[in-house]
Amino acid sequence: MATADTHNSGGMTRDLIVYVCLLALAGIQFVIAYQDINTSQMFERMLIVAIVEAGLALLFFMHLSDNRGLRWFVLIFTVAVIFGMQYGWPDSSRLINGVPWAR
Amino acid sequence: MSQADLSIHGQVSRSEATEIMTAPTFHVPAKKMAMWLFIIADSATFAGCLVAYGFTRNATPNWPRPFHSITNVAIMTFILLSSSLTMMIAVRAAHAGDKAKAFLWMMITAVAGILFAILHIREWMGLIAEGATLFHNPWGTPLFSSMFFSITGLHLLHVTGGIVALIAVALRYQGGRYGSDDLEVTGLYWHFVDLVWMFVVPLVYLLNLSH
Repeated sequence: MATADTHNSGGMTRDLIVYVCLLALAGIQFVIAYQDINTSQMFERMLIVAIVEAGLALLFFMHLSDNRGLRWFVLIFTVAVIFGMQYGWPDSSRLINGVPWAR
Repeated sequence: MSQADLSIHGQVSRSEATEIMTAPTFHVPAKKMAMWLFIIADSATFAGCLVAYGFTRNATPNWPRPFHSITNVAIMTFILLSSSLTMMIAVRAAHAGDKAKAFLWMMITAVAGILFAILHIREWMGLIAEGATLFHNPWGTPLFSSMFFSITGLHLLHVTGGIVALIAVALRYQGGRYGSDDLEVTGLYWHFVDLVWMFVVPLVYLLNLSH
């Protein structure tokens, strides 16, 4: 099962670069935590950094960059499920803010 | 009609059909594909937990921010990220045929996992000592503690399972029962555990940091 994709991927140098990038991105998240911004802005910034981190890990540590078919398979299924879960946000906002016409 | 006739008429022969039916999906071997399917399913589980946490946090006024220091979680993050690199080294060594090196780096990865789990439990003990339990929270809504212990507990469960898998696979690899591909599949799982942590840290820890 030693697939060609694993062997064709870059060497240790690339792994080290990805590792350093991940550490730097994790560091950025910690810096964002101390910024003087509101919670939703903090959430947005941290989420963007986390998605970039996850992308790097998926592409290079988990070798998705070497297999186009598998990459789309994983991406489509995972993103579709995660997007499907987002239907509740308006309701959670309604719970704390009330319905707009009640104000 | 013979197979040759079928081929002549532009249809697929039996041997070609068998080859198509048994060929690995996306050229990914079965064991690796099974792990990917597990990862997709498990990412939906974690996403469900994090979305439920987000929903609750958004809908609850005066959500507590009990974390005063990020030192412990920063160390935990560093250890887990580094363990992904050591796992990569182990897989590369295994593919290169260096059995001793692969075994050594697998064990280093497992030790990093154990260290992570110890720090995690230490943090839990600190919170429990302050009065936080699954159904009680001294800083306000008990939903905070429920969410915190559930999400981090689920992740810790994955880490623990990963440590057991790493040690078992490493031992069997050294004994010659497993090959380098089994290390690669275990590595996929370990990277996934690391990937989930990248979302747990900002959402569960950093957003609840007291300023």
